[in-house]
Amino acid sequence: MSSQNHIERQEFNITVYTENQIGLLNRIAIIFSRRKINIESLNTSPSEIDGIHRFNIVINETEEVVRKICGQIEKQVEVLKAYYNTNEDVIWQEMALYKVPTEVIAEKALVERLLRENGARVVVIRKDYTVFETTGHREETDNLIKVLQPFGLIEFVRSARIAIIKASDGFNRKLREFEKREPHHEVVENEYLNSRDKVFTM
Amino acid sequence: MKQVNSHTTTQVAEPKKEVKTLSGAEALILSLLEEKVEHIFGYPGGAIMPVYDALFDYTDKVEHILVRHEQGGIHAAQGYARSSGRVGVVFATSGPGATNLITGLADALIDSTPLVCITGQVYAHLLGTDAFQEADVISITAPVTKWNYQVTNADEIPEVLAKAFYIAKSGRPGPVLIDITKNAQLQKFDFAGCNRCDHIRSYRPKPIVRKEYIEQAAELINKAEKPFVIWGQGVILGAAEQEFKTFLEKSGLPAAWTILGAGALPSDHYLNVGMLGMHGNYGPNVLTNECDVLIAIGMRFDDRVTGRLDKYAKQAKVIHLDIDPSEIDKNVKTTVPVWGDCKETIPLLTQLVEQKKHDAWLQKFKDYHQQEVDAVIQEELFPTSDGITMGEVIQLLNEITGGEAIVVTDVGQHQMVACRYAKLNHTRSNITSGGLGTMGFALPAAIGAKVGAPERTVVAVIGDGGFQMTLQEMGTIMQSNIDVKILILNNQFLGMVRQWQELFHDRRYSFVNIASPDYVQVAKGYSISGQKVSGRETLKSGLQEMIAHKGSYLLEVMVTKENNVFPMVPQGCSVSEIRLK
Repeated sequence: MSSQNHIERQEFNITVYTENQIGLLNRIAIIFSRRKINIESLNTSPSEIDGIHRFNIVINETEEVVRKICGQIEKQVEVLKAYYNTNEDVIWQEMALYKVPTEVIAEKALVERLLRENGARVVVIRKDYTVFETTGHREETDNLIKVLQPFGLIEFVRSARIAIIKASDGFNRKLREFEKREPHHEVVENEYLNSRDKVFTM
Repeated sequence: MKQVNSHTTTQVAEPKKEVKTLSGAEALILSLLEEKVEHIFGYPGGAIMPVYDALFDYTDKVEHILVRHEQGGIHAAQGYARSSGRVGVVFATSGPGATNLITGLADALIDSTPLVCITGQVYAHLLGTDAFQEADVISITAPVTKWNYQVTNADEIPEVLAKAFYIAKSGRPGPVLIDITKNAQLQKFDFAGCNRCDHIRSYRPKPIVRKEYIEQAAELINKAEKPFVIWGQGVILGAAEQEFKTFLEKSGLPAAWTILGAGALPSDHYLNVGMLGMHGNYGPNVLTNECDVLIAIGMRFDDRVTGRLDKYAKQAKVIHLDIDPSEIDKNVKTTVPVWGDCKETIPLLTQLVEQKKHDAWLQKFKDYHQQEVDAVIQEELFPTSDGITMGEVIQLLNEITGGEAIVVTDVGQHQMVACRYAKLNHTRSNITSGGLGTMGFALPAAIGAKVGAPERTVVAVIGDGGFQMTLQEMGTIMQSNIDVKILILNNQFLGMVRQWQELFHDRRYSFVNIASPDYVQVAKGYSISGQKVSGRETLKSGLQEMIAHKGSYLLEVMVTKENNVFPMVPQGCSVSEIRLK
């Protein structure tokens, strides 16, 4: 890896609108893995339109590579659109959960204050532990790990990134135009997938 | 994510059809007939038996060609698609049947060949249980298909099949695989007929043509002093051969081809200046780095064509016409991108370009060609030494067929020689594994090519290495009585590897010396006539006998052992560093 490449690389947020189809995640993942590009974060969720999913993918790459990757993603039959944006172009958030011994919170006012300062909210309180949640950028959620570590942080988990593009009016309008022309069909569960009768296969 | 039991296609409204209760397998065959499928290449097995059972009732409408290996089946379907311009269809069973298709899928994807492969799969309730002959075909084939889908309900079949054909043949064509579980093949459902698919919400096969880019491209061409066209298979896939010829003749542009583009313009057309790439012609390679405007049509700047990218046509303004937007700026930065089907974009460009002749510039190509004739071609085609060269075999073949044959090549030295020297009067006459470089491709592909173009002579030119990879398909030739002329150029080496070992590995011939069986005897075992030629005195008569023979014929020609293919752009070099020796 040349140092110049290293400098040119930065975080890019790739937003992909797709149909809701089994196997598509695999197809999209292959586009990255065959080029030996590590996905830093990946989130898939339904979009505001039934049957259309939205992928948020974060990678560290040069713009040239990201542009080509988006072209390859858009080639997939079930992909409607792929955008790429720098961190400055998007509003993004990650959610983190922290599990801390309840006795520490109860006994040490300092911890309570630190949690408040970091915008943490209680999700669950049990006798043995309490779970807090924060939402924010990586450095913000990372910071709370450091803060809580000395007080016996039991477990930590962070979600993938979700991002909304600042500049555009999103893909909503286009999606709705699609929807008018091509109404989404009802989701039908496959009745055969879970019937595990013993059948001779040959 | 949940599976959506619908395919979001817009289907053409057709008169209401009678509803019949059919099995999924029967519906599959009817769907194939609806797509006007006449030939299927395949191999049965446990998980696709219901389909074969249904096929038994339709053998008067569709011909099934029983191959000897699924790889042979898919290469045959590729040859069929390439010679006929239609979609090739393949059947295979689950597990090993399906995994044997992988090489052909990868080959078809990189060479943009339209295929629909139907694989059987274990019962849906057994998916993921490591059942007998179960393989995760959808995951395995995802990287080597344009689209794939697993059917687990019979009622999905008509719609999925329509979608599969639409995807395979539209836009930039490619292979599609449909994996059908055995329960879906057996399941009865109310079949209400088939509807054609001509739209999918999330699929844009053709980009919208931007007229402003056509105008910019025409302006560049009109101002150019040394314009140069390089074309690829996109011209053939777009059925734009006539439009392409009209464009060239009006603008007077010299044009060179990639091996998959060969034949789109007749070999002896005055503006055809030869083959590009690693073993291409001298002039087109050198002058790529001298032209002022480079017009790339339906080609993808493969590394075998460009050599070193950082030294490729840096002086030129580049116009790139392609149907696949992701090809634009992928390898070579484009000055003017022209997205679209070249069937539409070339005529728009022709309207705007000026009638011109570039005689002085064209003469430069001819001058370089003369240098190449003197240094390489003359001795290759008309050797003065004792040994038979591959080039002289192809030259004699040209004389005998008059450039009317379909030439199917395998991969290696003979491929480069055949592509360089074969005379092609017609489009869809050059069938070769370009992007993947699949040894073993030619024999089965030639079978398919003959089925796809039964009126034409099909000659499979194959090296002794590649032939031994799929020679079992002589069984298919025997059983289906397919008239394929098999021309083995035997140099007793894996020739191209040996050439590289000679040039770049100090002649350390590591495992490239390959022994062959008595091919004529092997062919005889399959009821295929043939002969072996070892001397020049019987070469022409041997070739004549092969072409004149009624039915398939195998001709083995013993050629010079250590002959190299030149010119050559050594790997890692610029195209202008092409070596004549």
